[in-house]
Amino acid sequence: MIASAVPSAAKPVVSIREVTHRYGGTLALDGISLDIPAGRMVGIVGPDGVGKSTLMALVAGSKKLQQGHVIVLDGDIADAAHRRAACPRIAYMPQGLGKNLYLELSVNENVDFMARLFELSGAERPVRVKGLLNATGLGAFSGRPAGKLSGGMKQKVGLCGALVHDPDLLILDEPTTGVDPLSRRQFWTLIDKIRSDRPGMSVIISTAYMDEAQQWDWIVTMDAGRVLATGTPAELMQRTETKDLEACFIKLLPEEKRMGHTELTIPPRTATAAQIAIDAKGLTRRFGTFTAVDHVTLSIERGEIFGFLGSNGCGKSTTMKMLTGLLPPTEGSATLFGESVEAGSLETRKNLGYMTQAFSLYEELTVRQNLLLDARLYHLAPERTKARIAELVDKFGLKPHMDALAGDLPMGLRQRLSLAVAVLHEPQMLILDEPTSGVDPVARDSFWELLIDLSRKQGVTIFVTTHFMNEGMRCDRISLMNAGKVLACDAPQKLIDAQGTNSLEDAFIKYMEDAIAAAATGAKSKPSESETLSTQPTAPAAPSKPRKGRFSIDRMLAYSNNETMQIRRDPVRLIFAFVGSALLMLVFGFGITTDVEDIRYAWMDLDQSPESRAYLEQFVGAFPYFTGMEALNSADDALRDLQSDKISLVLEIPPNFGRDVQRGALPEVSAQVDGAHTYRGETVAQYTQGVHNNMLRDPADVLQTAPEKYRANVQERYMYNPTFESVYSIVPSVPALLLILIPAILMAVSVVREKELGSIINFYVTPTGRLEYLLGKQLPYVLIGMINYFVLVAMAVLVFNVPIKGSFLMLTLCTLLYITATTAIGLVTSTFTGSQVAAVFVTAIVTLVPTTQFSGLLQPISTLQGQARLIGSIWPTSYYMHSSVGAYTKGLSAALMMQDIIFLACCIPILWTIAVLGLRKQEK
Amino acid sequence: MTSLLNILWLGLKEIRSLASDVVMILFVFYAFTIAIYIQATGTSSEINNASIAFVDEDESALSKELVSSFYPPRFQLPDLIRANQIDDAMDKGRYMFVVSIPPQFESDVRAQRRPDIQLNIDATAMQQAGIGANYIKNIVQDRIGSFMTRTDVASPQPINLIVRKMFNPNGESSWFTSIVAIINQVTLLTIVLCGAAVIREREHGTLEHLLVMPLTSFEIAMAKVWANGLVILIATGLSLFLVVRMALQVPFAGSVLLWFCGVGLYLFFTTALGIFLGTVSRSMAQFALLIILVVVVMQLLSGGNTPVESQPKWLQLLTFFLPSRHFVSFSQIIIYRGGGFKAVWLNFLMVTAVGLAFFVYSLALFRKSIAVTK
Repeated sequence: MIASAVPSAAKPVVSIREVTHRYGGTLALDGISLDIPAGRMVGIVGPDGVGKSTLMALVAGSKKLQQGHVIVLDGDIADAAHRRAACPRIAYMPQGLGKNLYLELSVNENVDFMARLFELSGAERPVRVKGLLNATGLGAFSGRPAGKLSGGMKQKVGLCGALVHDPDLLILDEPTTGVDPLSRRQFWTLIDKIRSDRPGMSVIISTAYMDEAQQWDWIVTMDAGRVLATGTPAELMQRTETKDLEACFIKLLPEEKRMGHTELTIPPRTATAAQIAIDAKGLTRRFGTFTAVDHVTLSIERGEIFGFLGSNGCGKSTTMKMLTGLLPPTEGSATLFGESVEAGSLETRKNLGYMTQAFSLYEELTVRQNLLLDARLYHLAPERTKARIAELVDKFGLKPHMDALAGDLPMGLRQRLSLAVAVLHEPQMLILDEPTSGVDPVARDSFWELLIDLSRKQGVTIFVTTHFMNEGMRCDRISLMNAGKVLACDAPQKLIDAQGTNSLEDAFIKYMEDAIAAAATGAKSKPSESETLSTQPTAPAAPSKPRKGRFSIDRMLAYSNNETMQIRRDPVRLIFAFVGSALLMLVFGFGITTDVEDIRYAWMDLDQSPESRAYLEQFVGAFPYFTGMEALNSADDALRDLQSDKISLVLEIPPNFGRDVQRGALPEVSAQVDGAHTYRGETVAQYTQGVHNNMLRDPADVLQTAPEKYRANVQERYMYNPTFESVYSIVPSVPALLLILIPAILMAVSVVREKELGSIINFYVTPTGRLEYLLGKQLPYVLIGMINYFVLVAMAVLVFNVPIKGSFLMLTLCTLLYITATTAIGLVTSTFTGSQVAAVFVTAIVTLVPTTQFSGLLQPISTLQGQARLIGSIWPTSYYMHSSVGAYTKGLSAALMMQDIIFLACCIPILWTIAVLGLRKQEK
Repeated sequence: MTSLLNILWLGLKEIRSLASDVVMILFVFYAFTIAIYIQATGTSSEINNASIAFVDEDESALSKELVSSFYPPRFQLPDLIRANQIDDAMDKGRYMFVVSIPPQFESDVRAQRRPDIQLNIDATAMQQAGIGANYIKNIVQDRIGSFMTRTDVASPQPINLIVRKMFNPNGESSWFTSIVAIINQVTLLTIVLCGAAVIREREHGTLEHLLVMPLTSFEIAMAKVWANGLVILIATGLSLFLVVRMALQVPFAGSVLLWFCGVGLYLFFTTALGIFLGTVSRSMAQFALLIILVVVVMQLLSGGNTPVESQPKWLQLLTFFLPSRHFVSFSQIIIYRGGGFKAVWLNFLMVTAVGLAFFVYSLALFRKSIAVTK
């Protein structure tokens, strides 16, 4: 089916043919065909999960097309060459507040970064960025980190980033979800103005707020991966004989989806003797210097449905947490049914049902298990539990899903399950935090039916937050909240009347503007967050067309610069990068030592002759290797002391030892060595044998035994480490280990983090090349690695007194190549890991195993065999280890390090190639 | 009573959640079976396949006899090189040992002039270098003795020293490394399981849900302790019986029950540590980075890799407060030396004390973090 013909003769800006998209087994788009007219404001409407975002990502070229054709700006978007050519003309803002922003970066830095990706010259960038920021009213906040902005401001920053290169097609995915009404209005005014400046621009917007879409030029309604209908809003409403788009949408749904949906009616609340359920006085909560909730005073009657309206981050959730006792207020007090919640008493909690913002049940448990767990934790009697669950399941329509995993349920059912769990123990008070966000209108209405039933029939007090205005209208009373303050609190109709407006939204905006005006008179100089749109016309200079060319140094540096700023502002990664390596160096250097000294031993002298004493005397002299503890009397004592690790060696001199020595009767001395720690046991055994042998060979043999006749002196020459202290071999090896582990992990995390947080979309939809992206991200980590190297060298010299005997310059060059290679390994692992946790562990395992086992750290490579030898001979650490140990301890000449340098230099392009091939330029 | 029941139900939920995480179950299984087997059989502190070369400037029957007395598996077949090649070959790391036999060596031995043999050792290969050098010295002396007396019996020494290695007579390193491997896995996995459980609850919002119920944070934390602890305890048991005892044939000298009591105490500590790390890290990614630092430090200093006695004195004082060190220590005492409670009470006490202190601290932190989470 091809959606209704394009009204104008103009060519469609986007033309979609038979597009089907799947995520695993789930069908997101089901054979969609659609022509989107050019030069218009086109809305794609429908609830969450119907395929809006998938469709938009496909059009933007950020997601890889699976099936069908998408023609955008006269070219096939599946064609990489067309994408590269067309992407400077397309701007895409993904769903989620500030999803493609870098939260550590300031407003200005974010927009500037986007400008650099589109190769705006250094001269025009500041002018253009400033122009855009001023036009959106962000000028006063340009230095503030994006993470510290309100939702509406984040969206404006996102919009600036999208507009920085003057696109012909603007794609905005749910730009106003969760944004306060005033910012929302400002946002649309801004879009209108931009369109009037650039009349040719086409805009495609998706939204879950039906009322918003009413004013747009052309609407596509979607459900379950299909297009329901298209046309102008007036046409659609006319066709369905409805007055607003939401009702129209419900009418358009197929019959089985409507589930006998009827208009929701709310019976008026019967006036009862007013008992106060919630009483909050001057509730205030501060996080550091930030005041999240500012003196909120509320009083809610029993059985009332009380609504809390406000945008994301206005303090709704924080207020709720204080009311439930989850969060102690900084100031003020709250009581539930006359009892203080701050005391956190378990009894008050029994009267409370709570449903959090996100689905907060155990997705890995079934519906039944979730209900049972709750019943148990509230200690409902088994019979009662059974009856109650049966009742609720029936009423909430969960019966057919009892054994389904909660995580597998569709949104509407999940919300009902959450509600069932919340009311299972029949609480007097229900607190619901945005219970219906992301739920389609039909399911939302049926959810409200349940709420009304609870309130009207069972007298349950319901406290609900929402950002849907039409839901606000259903409450008995509502309170409008913004920036931590309650602006007004009354019945919704009264609020509308008081402001003399047509709708609750308009009333809310008026209240906000009043509050801003009041604040402005209070503190004139301080700009408010919701500063009204500047009226001054913007004429940002049109950007020069990007230069041609495959590899842009400037874009690469833009990424480097971006990465550097991010890591500098992330304390955990910074600590891991610098403190981590220094700490591990200390632990390895002091903790890993193979020197065996101070062997505690005891003896049993059953002879007590001068000879036996002379024999034992030799061990006393073998300081610092042996430390004598005590003389023992019995074998039992010896075993006991060995068992409890008091001693590691027992020497037993047999009776008649002295006499036998003199007679040449070859007496036997027995040495029992603790062999539990095998390496140590072996070493103790050899030291003991060594003391014994030395004694017999010593010309001044106190026992005066006959020396062996034929023998040679073995002269040991401990090369490179004459004192044979393990610190000289451990300390130079540790940097080889640390300089692969830490840079590789940080590198992998930095790429995967972008995938997880969504900012990788900037790479998908800008002309950034793979190599530009990878090298740009790598550069700062190579730098961090080099700083680490110098720290480690300083520690080796100053803390461990292990100087560099060889060429420091050569070692530094070798390190530079090594770190480039190890960060490139991190890039390679980042291509096949999807989450940051996986990136950390996979990179740790991939780097640690060959590094510790096969590169000469524990066992010299010359002793490895077979596969181990093969891995050892291609693993970069083997070569760096050789150079590092060589430069510190062996004092190798520069020439001998040359082969390591050549090998490492060869590794780098190979790793880069693998990383480039593995990195996708589109989302799957 | 209600508190105990709450802990029970919450713990059961914890186990159910874990059971549905197939990847994690497979990882635990791998870590406690295959990984331990590989670790126990793979690395060895014994000298094995050591690279050796000879400079034979004598070329006599005796010198040839000496060269031929080094063979696999302990040594690679020796290469013959020239004297001026020694330094270069050693610099390139081609050989760990180079034995240099001087001219007129055999005739000097016969004349009882005790000629010198030079043994060049690459002293940067610590473990193998020391032990290997001793082997070489002993082999050389024995061979000279037997060559000269034309018998295979080494000439007797006037006093015979019989060295017996107690508790592990053949010095098989797999006995030790297998137990250390278990200890390392216990540390790593309990922290991962417990910390991830805390973070998952926080990220999914289920923690808030629990907190508005009539539950205390002590109950929530305790449920995680027992549930995750139990899973690891069972995995440890299976690993001990199936891998260590049956596959690797490592004997168990002491009381199995006593050891498991000790493991239980240690698990209490690691679960508390897991909760602590799960609480202080803001995301899974931070948690993963922290784990690497914490676990590596705990493992390296536990005495499982190199002996605690070799650490500098001040470090030994610090590691005395490290439960992993006591775990390694009491495992050695119970498993190999067959020691009883009297031999390990101090270890048990330290593990419990540190575990308890950590638990109390993480509980306080856990409670506080809940208040601050937005």
